[in-house]
Amino acid sequence: MQITGGQFTLATAVALNNLSTFADFPAEIRAPVGTTFGVSAFQINFGSRVIKTAGDDFDVLVAMNPAALKVELHGLKTGGMILVDTGSFQDRNLHRAGYDSDPLKDDTLAAYRVIELDISQLTMDAVKPFGLTKKEALRCKNFWALGYVFWMFGRERQTTVDWLKTKFAARPDIADANIAALNAGHALAETAETIDGSHGFIIPQAPDIPPGLYRTVTGGEAMAWGLAVGARLAELGLVFCSYPITPATPVLHTLSKMVEHDIVTFQAEDEIAAVCAAIGASYAGALGVTSSSGPGISLKAEAIGLAVSTEMPLVIVNTQRAGPSTGLPTKTEQSDLLQALYGRNGECPLVVIAARSPSDCFNMAIEACRIATKYMTPVLLLSDGYISNASEPWLIPDVDKLEAFPIDLHTDGPCFDPSVRDDVTLAKPWAIPGTPCLEHRIGGLEKSFATGEISYNPDNHQMMTDLRAEKINGVVRDIPDQGIEAGADSGPLVVVGWGSTFGPINRAVSNLIDQGLPVSHVHVSNIWPLPKNLGALLSGFERILVPEMNSGQFIKVLRDQFLFDAKGLNKVSGQPFKIHEVEDAIRTHLEALK
Amino acid sequence: MTNIPITAKDFASDQEVRWCPGCGDYAILKAVQRTMAQVEAKTENTVFVSGIGCAARFPYYMATYGFHAIHGRAPAIATGIKLANPELDVWVISGDGDALSIGGNHFVHLVRRNVDVQFLVFNNEIYGLTKGQFSPTSRVGTHTPSSPLGCIENPVSATLLALGSGAHFVARAIDSQQKELTATLVRAHGFKGTSFVEIYQNCLVYNDGAFSTFTAKDKADEMQIHVEHGKPLLFGTDKSKGLRIKSDTLKLEVVTLGENGITSDDILCHDETDKAMAALLADMSEPDFPVAIGVLYCKPGHIFEVEIRKMVNAATSEATCNLNDVLRQGHTWSVTGDGD
Repeated sequence: MQITGGQFTLATAVALNNLSTFADFPAEIRAPVGTTFGVSAFQINFGSRVIKTAGDDFDVLVAMNPAALKVELHGLKTGGMILVDTGSFQDRNLHRAGYDSDPLKDDTLAAYRVIELDISQLTMDAVKPFGLTKKEALRCKNFWALGYVFWMFGRERQTTVDWLKTKFAARPDIADANIAALNAGHALAETAETIDGSHGFIIPQAPDIPPGLYRTVTGGEAMAWGLAVGARLAELGLVFCSYPITPATPVLHTLSKMVEHDIVTFQAEDEIAAVCAAIGASYAGALGVTSSSGPGISLKAEAIGLAVSTEMPLVIVNTQRAGPSTGLPTKTEQSDLLQALYGRNGECPLVVIAARSPSDCFNMAIEACRIATKYMTPVLLLSDGYISNASEPWLIPDVDKLEAFPIDLHTDGPCFDPSVRDDVTLAKPWAIPGTPCLEHRIGGLEKSFATGEISYNPDNHQMMTDLRAEKINGVVRDIPDQGIEAGADSGPLVVVGWGSTFGPINRAVSNLIDQGLPVSHVHVSNIWPLPKNLGALLSGFERILVPEMNSGQFIKVLRDQFLFDAKGLNKVSGQPFKIHEVEDAIRTHLEALK
Repeated sequence: MTNIPITAKDFASDQEVRWCPGCGDYAILKAVQRTMAQVEAKTENTVFVSGIGCAARFPYYMATYGFHAIHGRAPAIATGIKLANPELDVWVISGDGDALSIGGNHFVHLVRRNVDVQFLVFNNEIYGLTKGQFSPTSRVGTHTPSSPLGCIENPVSATLLALGSGAHFVARAIDSQQKELTATLVRAHGFKGTSFVEIYQNCLVYNDGAFSTFTAKDKADEMQIHVEHGKPLLFGTDKSKGLRIKSDTLKLEVVTLGENGITSDDILCHDETDKAMAALLADMSEPDFPVAIGVLYCKPGHIFEVEIRKMVNAATSEATCNLNDVLRQGHTWSVTGDGD
């Protein structure tokens, strides 16, 4: 179903609609078909206006079996349309989905428009000429349904036909069967007049799309490409070290295919080896990057401390998922923020930034590389499972026009002097092994500021502790001032968000501004250090509302830094915010302020 | 070429060495510095990487690049160093706790991948830096602060673990045998791939004499066998004892030349490319057998970072596309400015 969704996404993007998608699938690789926990869902929101989220309630639901109907029906708008495969509504499947009686025959679906088709049988009929086994033939039914939905929304089939031919180049019979199923579904929709008015929906091209070359991009892809470009702009080789973990693996997969761009990927034996190899790579003069999700970041914590202590450039990507412990591997959360900021032993400051959307992963990955190399520090970049798997149209940047930030290696001098730091950034000199005369020793023990040798001196430890904090705090000079995404720069209420909640918050605030409500949206990308004007900006509002997919983590930072009595809107269900949830909270707070 | 250091002293850093007086580490440090002089190593191209423990202080005493990292992780850091710059000459210095307990996983994978580093494990069968607890190589019954009634765990064999992990070079040495230790380290340095060397190291404070049953002067000849490729496996004061395969078994046995019709033709020759023989030698233990010292196994294989570089170089030399092309692969579409 994720592939089918991906194909609809592509066709929709090619039709010049704006869009946003949400993949909601089980952690099991092949979860039993027909069970409610095995439902793999793909949601897409598209239209002619700017699309900021995958949408709240949906207009059309395609349910390929009773379990899918059972799990997803609650999200369908009253009066919405359901396309069901009646062929899968046998007693066994109904029972597995937990239905006591057939929902197609009682009044379960009375509030909706239902299109009942035996898609299973129709698919089998359509692919008969290709001589597939029954199992293979039935596997084509998602493409039959896709053909049907393509017609409903006036999508072109060609991108999917091309994709099938490439994907199944080694099995042309499978490719042809799926194309036949796609065409059969499309043809039936066109001729059967099952949809009111018989013409389906026409979604015009979105206006005001900036001109240029576009593609769809997922957060995982954009992250990988951003890291590759970031290392290139730093004029360093990229050594990417990772251990497979959901939902962070797409970054590893994408970079592994880019060996021709001088990118080394290393699948380590564990999370700790991955971060340590990245540290070793940076030590030897490459840009070491490691990527994981929360449980893996926990394992890396000690080594990240080593990178802080040895002042090593290092990028750590955390594609967050629901916790604690193993939690919900395929579901999204923002609950690793405090871990990112404080989850290490000792006074261990580093830079934390967060991506807001799939395409923003590209920009933020470059920014992480820039800060890490300029300040000789680990940078922790937060993404999440939602962003990683979601896709959106992306105006493809021209990499050649991005500003390079080549690093300045320490290569000459009679000997290595660790006290000669950059006047502004306080970055320590970077002398890599292989450089004559600069041989020196580093490590996780406290070092003398003056000589770099082990030092147990109390004053020195205080000084080095202060220096490490000051260096990270100084990054504030190098990041943009906090702006406002929507609304006035002062007023009764501001909604402050970070990370992937950008979409629902921005849409909710924009909707209510359109209705004349006094509310603003501030989105924070630089989590640590915070932009220097953030406190002043937020103090212009009577009330601060902080929606987060955790129990209130960023709000603790705001309270700690500014003593603001901010209010939380918290959701820890493994699901992104709905727009209406944010709207409801805004209305409630505005009411309270009256 | 006046800059090239030529004596062991040229490889010593200006740092005061801070091991306990009489610690076996001093002898190993000296042997490593001698090795460096002998192979004419360049200080600027050499990196010593270590984890945590007494042995892990080693890099501070070398006039090379050095990275004193975190407990057990030196093999992983060394792997990253070689991925970034395969030209560097990297030594991993570890102890029995660091390499076989907290870093056991990395031990297995470093030697399995055959990353080109020298991997020295100083085995003193005890935790020194944390003050005397039992280690994964401590023998059953060892009394320590954390095993006051005697250790009940079976010890791990570092050499058998290395062989089982797919190591291509496995050797053993003794801290006090300066000449043999240096010779083994020279061979380890010359080997391309992970050269694993277990060095029996005496901890004077917490486990003094742990190896005296085979290292003491009056025991050494009878209880050590120094193996050499192509040479018969002989030992004993007058080289009168030897090893052979016991008939109808896969077991070694100790025989005496001249007794029961045994001649030198009956004695096994050491073949360092034979993994089964290496395993038999590694597994020999007192009191029935002497302890095998020297290069037990040496058989070159694919080197991890070399293979990766080959892959990258092959791909980059053929590549015509830049990163802009990557971003434009797959389906793209153009939006024109006229809003049609």
